[in-house]
Amino acid sequence: MNKPLRRIAIFCGLLILALLVRDNYLQYVKADSLRSDPLNRRVAIERYSAPRGDIIVDGDPVTGSVELKHGDFKYKRTYKNGPMWAPVTGFSSQAFGGTQLENLDDGILTGNDDRLFFRNTLDMITGKPKQGGNVVTTLNGAAQKAAYDGLKAQGGKGAVVALEPSTGKILALASYPSYDPSTFAGNTNDDAKARNKLLKENNPADPTLNRALRETYPPGSTFKVVTAAAALENGKYTSADQPTDSPLPYIMPGTTTPLPNEGNLPCRNATMRVALQYSCNTVFGKIGADLGNDKMLAEAKKFGFDAQQFTPVRSNASVFSDNMNTSQTALSSIGQYNTAATPLQMAMVASAVANDGRLMKPYMVDELESSYLDPVEKTKPQEMSRPLSPQNAQILQSMMETVVKQGTGTNAQIPGVVVGGKTGTAQHGVANSANPYAWFISYARLPDGSSPVAVAVVVEDEHANRDDISGGGLAAPIAKSVMEAVIKSKK
Amino acid sequence: MSSTTNSPTHHTSTIGAIGAPSRRNTELALLIFAVLIPVFAYANVGLALDNRVPAGLLSYGLGLGLLAGVAHLVVRKFAPYADPLLLPLATLLNGLGLVAIWRLDQSKALQQIHVAGGKATNQLMYTAMGIALFVAVLYFLKDHRTLQRYTYISMVCALILLLLPLVPGLGTNVFGAKIWIHVGSFSIQPGEFAKIVLTIFFAGYLMVKRDALALASRRFMGLYLPRGRDLGPILVVWAMSILILVFETDLGTSLLFFGMFVIMLYVATERTSWIVFGLLMSAVGAVGVASFEPHIQTRVQAWLNPMREYKLSRMVTHDGIAHSDQLQQALWAFGSGGTLGTGWGQGHSELIKFAANSDFILATFGEELGLAGLMAILLIYGLIAERGVRTALAARDPFGKLLAIGLSGAFALQVFVVAGGVMGLIPLTGMTMPFLAYGGSSVIANWALIGVLIRISDTARRPAPTPAANPDAEMTQVVRPS
Repeated sequence: MNKPLRRIAIFCGLLILALLVRDNYLQYVKADSLRSDPLNRRVAIERYSAPRGDIIVDGDPVTGSVELKHGDFKYKRTYKNGPMWAPVTGFSSQAFGGTQLENLDDGILTGNDDRLFFRNTLDMITGKPKQGGNVVTTLNGAAQKAAYDGLKAQGGKGAVVALEPSTGKILALASYPSYDPSTFAGNTNDDAKARNKLLKENNPADPTLNRALRETYPPGSTFKVVTAAAALENGKYTSADQPTDSPLPYIMPGTTTPLPNEGNLPCRNATMRVALQYSCNTVFGKIGADLGNDKMLAEAKKFGFDAQQFTPVRSNASVFSDNMNTSQTALSSIGQYNTAATPLQMAMVASAVANDGRLMKPYMVDELESSYLDPVEKTKPQEMSRPLSPQNAQILQSMMETVVKQGTGTNAQIPGVVVGGKTGTAQHGVANSANPYAWFISYARLPDGSSPVAVAVVVEDEHANRDDISGGGLAAPIAKSVMEAVIKSKK
Repeated sequence: MSSTTNSPTHHTSTIGAIGAPSRRNTELALLIFAVLIPVFAYANVGLALDNRVPAGLLSYGLGLGLLAGVAHLVVRKFAPYADPLLLPLATLLNGLGLVAIWRLDQSKALQQIHVAGGKATNQLMYTAMGIALFVAVLYFLKDHRTLQRYTYISMVCALILLLLPLVPGLGTNVFGAKIWIHVGSFSIQPGEFAKIVLTIFFAGYLMVKRDALALASRRFMGLYLPRGRDLGPILVVWAMSILILVFETDLGTSLLFFGMFVIMLYVATERTSWIVFGLLMSAVGAVGVASFEPHIQTRVQAWLNPMREYKLSRMVTHDGIAHSDQLQQALWAFGSGGTLGTGWGQGHSELIKFAANSDFILATFGEELGLAGLMAILLIYGLIAERGVRTALAARDPFGKLLAIGLSGAFALQVFVVAGGVMGLIPLTGMTMPFLAYGGSSVIANWALIGVLIRISDTARRPAPTPAANPDAEMTQVVRPS
């Protein structure tokens, strides 16, 4: 009987061998894909097992973590001044995932980033629990507060972006109305309800929309700065004080329609300085029409139009159209027709002018650091383009400074500081029936010649009297307080 | 292999040699490890979960040590020449199983669904009962050949045990498979006991009939075809397996009994044709039943596409089938363990929910001890099975050989069917890992199984009173360290 017994011994061995092979397949070959399968709840459990790293502004975290009593997720995200910082941080929710910095730098914040591998290994050996790293932002807390409070005081929808012209650092990025990401950071029914209430279909004000980056508005007269830059760069005019060849009324080429000004303004053959001071549609419409679609488009692109920006949070692309006829180009050159810009885009325009024609790539993450506060990655300022020569930039600066000194932007004056700016009031809606948008873009220049801040503000006020809405009246005071906050924090 | 290949340079000798060492001290040394390893594991779980050595460490360690000690002393007294590996290996598995059950007891999620909580205490009690049965086997069963007398009584007992779950009011349907009976507050899996009783019947029956089954046959295409009337027994067992499959809807038990019978038939007759017949009949039976039994179909579906089943389990379905995400959860658990595992207490096998500490306990081992730990455990199972086959080889009487190969073959098949099911190698069945899984029937029955194997191995290795007195006994090898 021993021969079959030996065969059975081999058979039993084969059974165990089959199990061993299968086990190797599962736990070695397929281990990684099973372990990181998003449906595998361990992925989420592990993710929330340690306090998340923080997003830092001015050395203090604007985020936090709280330990939970129930369920298998141990920690939940919390936010300080959630609505104010939401356009920067985005949210990190157990039920709804993450957005913006919380999403883009998730690897650092959870500690799973490969660049933290060495630290994590060290922690594992020394028996320390794994900790997430931090995201240090470029933002300025005082400027952000001034921006958010200013928008809140207006009560309507709006957004503010402030940049440091010499580096492209984003100093303020506010959107209103906003939301508190703390309210749906967990995965309970209450979190789902809170999230549901914020959705656009349940809340027409759409508080989760990041207006500073993800909404484009017709820029209106603020776009005249771009048109003036195009005129200078293309050599159409070489000085701010040279009379332009501008009829009044101005009939748009190929049409019988006159391009109107806002009121009875001294625009006939006005210099560009005067035209910008009074915001003459006729002068800048004609400049755009004379330069043509191609040259205007080229200049707009140098300022960043028609491209998404990655700060690293993505912004929508601003629009200056191609293939327009002359009258459409004229309209587009005063910020109407198809032209549309994000608040970030218009802040970039002001920033490039203030930085003597050099446009710096806007960014909001200064540094990624490990939980030991040593740097993992540092962002270096990067030049994006040169929309203006230094001479032309200085000409445009003097024009914008006139606007604030004695034009439509006097509300932005700051004692002891030179401020250059441009107002804008953009029509929108069918037959211009909706409330216009009030724009203001500006920069501040200190006595030592440096420009610490450029800012763009857009406000839509549903409740205000239509006549009250103008860039100078609604938006300029917010821009002023943001600039003041930056200047004060520099001292 | 014949004894002519034996040579001293290979450090082998024949079992028939007089004065073979008893190896009881080897067993004792191994047992110390078999108790210490689970004690360390237990401390490890406590440290991982609560940052302190669990309060019950001493009583747990003493309890396991005491049980192992009693078993060892009984073996020393009543079966001094028994195989030295079987008892330590079974103790180690039983101890690790206790640790894993205690670890799952600590899971709040499992406590909430009443799968865990205080189960380790119960399991320790079952272990004590198992060891008691083990002691009883060795004390009362002085010679395994006495079991031969109970061949047909065993058959009746096995049939009753197998049919019990079908008795109305006694049997219960647990997740589709009707293999449990409830007596008072106890639930018993009679199949576990039937496994042993049935082996006794098969061994007794085949020993008597083997000559008829082996010799009276015609040769056809290189195979020896049995006579029609000799097909009777295999047809009866086949029919019984099919009945289990149909009425108890348990693929595992059915496969186990039929496979065990084919193995014993093959060993008894030395005719390969029985294997061919057996494979054909099991294939026909399995495919035939699967074509109309929805429970088996669901199991096969879940095996082929566990992810689909996982997604269905999270939806509202109206197909009348209880979809379970358990297999997918188990696969995730294995994968998440990886090569070295998360370490005791740091996995999340509570996600498997029901049967996490019984049918699916292997997933906890896979996740927390990793590929390395699980391979070690599978090899321990392999070793137990091979020591059983070794016992069969060494046994000097055909009944002992058949009984030993039947028990160890059934053991290996059960390990394969359960582990293969949990790891997604074959469709999932409702059986439990011997010794590791929570459940009284399983632990008690398997300790009895080890008891019988130890009794046979003692008889086999015991120095013969008169050398070569038994012409039936063949010379076989044993590896002996020099």
